[in-house]
Amino acid sequence: MSQAVVAKLKQEYPAAVVDVVEHRGETTVTVKKEDIVTVCTYLKNEAGYNFLCDLCGVDYLGVEPRFMVVYNLYNIATKERLRLKAAVTEQNCCIDTVTGVWSTANWHERECWDMFGIRFNHHPDLRRILMPADWVGYPLRKDYPLQGPDRQPYQGRLS
Amino acid sequence: MAIKETMTINVGPQHPSTHGVLQLILELDGETVVKAVPHVGFLHRGVEKLAEYRSYHKALPLTDRLDYLAPMSNNLGYVLAVEKLLGITDALPQRAKVIRVMLAEITRIKSHLVWLATHALDIGAMTVFLYCFREREMIMDLYEKVSGARMTSNYFRVGGLSLDLPAGFEQDVKAFIDAMPGHIDTYEGLLTGNAIWQRRTKGIGHISAAAAIDIGLTGPALRCSGVDWDLRRDNPYSGYEEYDFKVITREGGDTFDRYTARLDEMRESCKIIQQCLDRLEAGPVLADVPWVCLPPKKDVLTSIEALIHQFKIVTEGFKPEPGEIYQGIEAPKGELGYYLISDGSANPYRMKIRPPSFVNLQALPQMIEGALLADVIATIGTLDIVLGEIDR
Repeated sequence: MSQAVVAKLKQEYPAAVVDVVEHRGETTVTVKKEDIVTVCTYLKNEAGYNFLCDLCGVDYLGVEPRFMVVYNLYNIATKERLRLKAAVTEQNCCIDTVTGVWSTANWHERECWDMFGIRFNHHPDLRRILMPADWVGYPLRKDYPLQGPDRQPYQGRLS
Repeated sequence: MAIKETMTINVGPQHPSTHGVLQLILELDGETVVKAVPHVGFLHRGVEKLAEYRSYHKALPLTDRLDYLAPMSNNLGYVLAVEKLLGITDALPQRAKVIRVMLAEITRIKSHLVWLATHALDIGAMTVFLYCFREREMIMDLYEKVSGARMTSNYFRVGGLSLDLPAGFEQDVKAFIDAMPGHIDTYEGLLTGNAIWQRRTKGIGHISAAAAIDIGLTGPALRCSGVDWDLRRDNPYSGYEEYDFKVITREGGDTFDRYTARLDEMRESCKIIQQCLDRLEAGPVLADVPWVCLPPKKDVLTSIEALIHQFKIVTEGFKPEPGEIYQGIEAPKGELGYYLISDGSANPYRMKIRPPSFVNLQALPQMIEGALLADVIATIGTLDIVLGEIDR
């Protein structure tokens, strides 16, 4: 079923779809970040993926482009899942918001901005959500130290 | 000429009615809420970051500290996700699956009991609070028997369970589910027909089906807006497709509907637990997948091969092939999802948790704007949030 959706998506937007991967029965479609709102709108209105389960960032430090923004979609009518991904580079660390498609994206995108520093263009309220407003740095980036800034790494128990 | 002026007040983060460290900035016109801005993050512990630095087995105890009112559900979501990532879902023994379902449903009752207790207390019904905590204590005892801990259970393992059930556990569960429907009737007797309860809940915190889907509501909150969606039935996991249970829905989408629906969900959970007891058959509780699961303790103490085997798994962990999966389960509060990425090493490259409370809380402003200040408290209660999983 999701194969049919992916085939249609490819047919509709051949330039947008970069890659399709199947793993453990789940489909992941990588799209160009410029087309993310178009693809999401299409999937919601034409393919029935009316529910955005989750949205998050991933940091692939050392790989270019460095970041991925991941959208886990769900179709409440057919009970199917589909995953969308869009690559974001470190130099141009921004992507368009999908809050216009699903308003639930609002807090997810705020969290992604908070944790990875990925900016969401045209977001209605892009503030930090979990960290304090004046926090410096993005904790879930791979080059951010686990123990926090300006602290010695944990040395293990002495006794 | 009347002066039109609003007042901004602060609720929380230390406030008994915000169910934890939630802060609300409310803009009031008289007693009517004009605007509400929730602030979260006071309990942020960086669970997702911590998980990246430990092996899959060792990340498990982090998960029952998310929604600490439903620790087994969190564990279940995580172990199912790791099993899916490893591709060993089919290798699970039947007994482990049945016990998992049984404990997940006991956890649902436990979580709903705290919801009802605090929700009723917020609205002024103190007796219900004491009754619910009395019954919750029975579940705490079950938890303690099975896992050794009252809250941070850490009982499930990747590939099955850490131990088999203790002797006499089935009888204790049976005694509990025999008593529970009567207790639920007592709560109903105290609340459902109560005029004060009805006026504090009917028509309060209303949300329509379309708005609920758009904002990402899940669980009882979504089903009470008329959306018939339950992951236990629609994307079954851990053998839920074999059980006979009703998905409770309501059409009204208000606080009263969410109250009656959760009570009915507790009754359905009792039925599922009974079916679990009927299905319990002797057998192994850990999958026969040596590169993932620890060997039996008896063997470790008597054979060198088993000792080396245990040593390798504890020190090195296991390495799933590179890939990514998403596993969602129907936790008591809604869809709990784990998104795991493996890069082929022994640690998760990325673990994203989709906590139901985080997304459900997002609906709060639109549910209370235009309502009275007192209804804000009722609406926070009906959303059934836990800040431990919102802030992670």
